[in-house]
Amino acid sequence: MTVARFWRHLPQRYNMVGTKCETCGRHFFPPRTFCPDCRRAGKIVEHKFKGEGTVVTFTVIHTAAEQYSMLTPYVLAIVKLEEGPQITTQIVMDPAKAKIGMKVKSVFRKIATDGESGIIHYGTKFVPVE
Amino acid sequence: MRDVAVIGIGCTKFGEKWESSFRDIFVEAGALALADAGLSGEQIDAMYVGNMSAGRFIGQEHIGALIADYAGMTGKHIPSTRVEAACASGGLAFRQAVIAVASGMEDIVVAAGVEKMTDVGSDESTDTLTGAADREWEGFMGATFPGLYAMIANDYIHKYGMTREQLAQVAVKNHYNGARNPIAQFQSEISLDTVTKSTMVAEPLRLFDCSPVTDGAAAVIVAPLERAKEFTDTPIKVLATAQASDTIALHDRRDISTLDATVAAGQRAFKMAHLTTKDIDMVEVHDCFSIAEICAIEDLGFCKKGTAGKFTADGETALGGKIPVNTSGGLKACGHPVGATGIKQVCEIVQQLRGTAGKRQVDGAKIGMTHNVGGTGATVAVHILGRV
Ligand SMILES: [Zn+2]
Repeated sequence: MTVARFWRHLPQRYNMVGTKCETCGRHFFPPRTFCPDCRRAGKIVEHKFKGEGTVVTFTVIHTAAEQYSMLTPYVLAIVKLEEGPQITTQIVMDPAKAKIGMKVKSVFRKIATDGESGIIHYGTKFVPVE
Repeated sequence: MRDVAVIGIGCTKFGEKWESSFRDIFVEAGALALADAGLSGEQIDAMYVGNMSAGRFIGQEHIGALIADYAGMTGKHIPSTRVEAACASGGLAFRQAVIAVASGMEDIVVAAGVEKMTDVGSDESTDTLTGAADREWEGFMGATFPGLYAMIANDYIHKYGMTREQLAQVAVKNHYNGARNPIAQFQSEISLDTVTKSTMVAEPLRLFDCSPVTDGAAAVIVAPLERAKEFTDTPIKVLATAQASDTIALHDRRDISTLDATVAAGQRAFKMAHLTTKDIDMVEVHDCFSIAEICAIEDLGFCKKGTAGKFTADGETALGGKIPVNTSGGLKACGHPVGATGIKQVCEIVQQLRGTAGKRQVDGAKIGMTHNVGGTGATVAVHILGRV
């Protein structure tokens, strides 16, 4: 991934900044600039997410793309955020203990590296809430 | 709208075709389809080519022109258009060809699909296929294609309690069918143990739950039904063409283990053909992973949500069962050259309806269906074909 392509998403990836529609109250992460429910009547504003949620489903990845292969086996999950939207993320934990319905919260982590000399990508992962 | 018929089909053998180039394989499929319809190239009015990612797999774009050129059709300067919708590219190419003929705009149209996937290593093909999902918000977080379908599988198992053995029966059945298909990549039967003890890819999906990386091409020729008898004694009528879209990311779906685009496309197709599931003699569904076939037969309405595991284990989807599913061997055993799959599905149904499917023939087949999915369900194409 190029630096510019990554940089465009920094606020979202680092701080979980998404959007919400003030017309209907629906939240979006990743951010959307167009509300699918209200369409042109929707008023979209920035929203910082609390970063708390519940695991809807998950898998343990054993065979990954090259950039992620040093992480295997890792837990990949769909998390439903408290504000409503669902996101795909990694849960940093013992894969054997992963469960549907688990409560999780966001943490700032390294995501991947573009080869030996490429840029290092940081972003949001999740950890179980004890 | 005019009625449309398939008048010719052609398909290469699917597999790791290291000795053949991208051009070689689509020319082979196209020539087979022309010969099957008894046509010469000059009679072709237009082409639609399904291809997901030649740019990534072989570094070549501009596939519409390339194919027309190497198929020897530049003399007439026919319109040739590439159609892309990830793994549903072939199904959509077929739909575009059908629409072109139905509208009256064109008469004799080729719908082809082609993918050459083994010219890159497995890391690169895994990464390329991730482009069928949401690259920025799924791929970036370490999601792979098997990983996304594995999350569908775990959601499904959590809700409906399907067993590991029931899921494995999808692959066992499709390999049984593939062993009876001369073009299939894998032509050997496998046991339940082969699936449940194979290498773990993304829990609960193992290597034998996953379709392979494949090279292959397929082509079909469509024409107005009223002209079809000029070319063939057994034209196969297109009874319905339907397409639907959904969110690109799996996490945005209403229900993780229901593909709403399959539900919508299926309903539209049945409505257009004035038919129900009971009228369908066999169906080719998109089994890129074993769980995908389980979801597909439920979402199309062949069995109730949550029951497809038992339905499959009971043999209802096998040859001779209530609704034979993936008589070709499916993506799992026949192979999955992504852009070609949707066209290969049409070729299989046409063979079944002509009564030329050999050892995998469904007795007295009159009406068949195809179901082609792009990504994790962001695009779905469904077609219904029938004997005239
Ligand atoms: Zn709104």
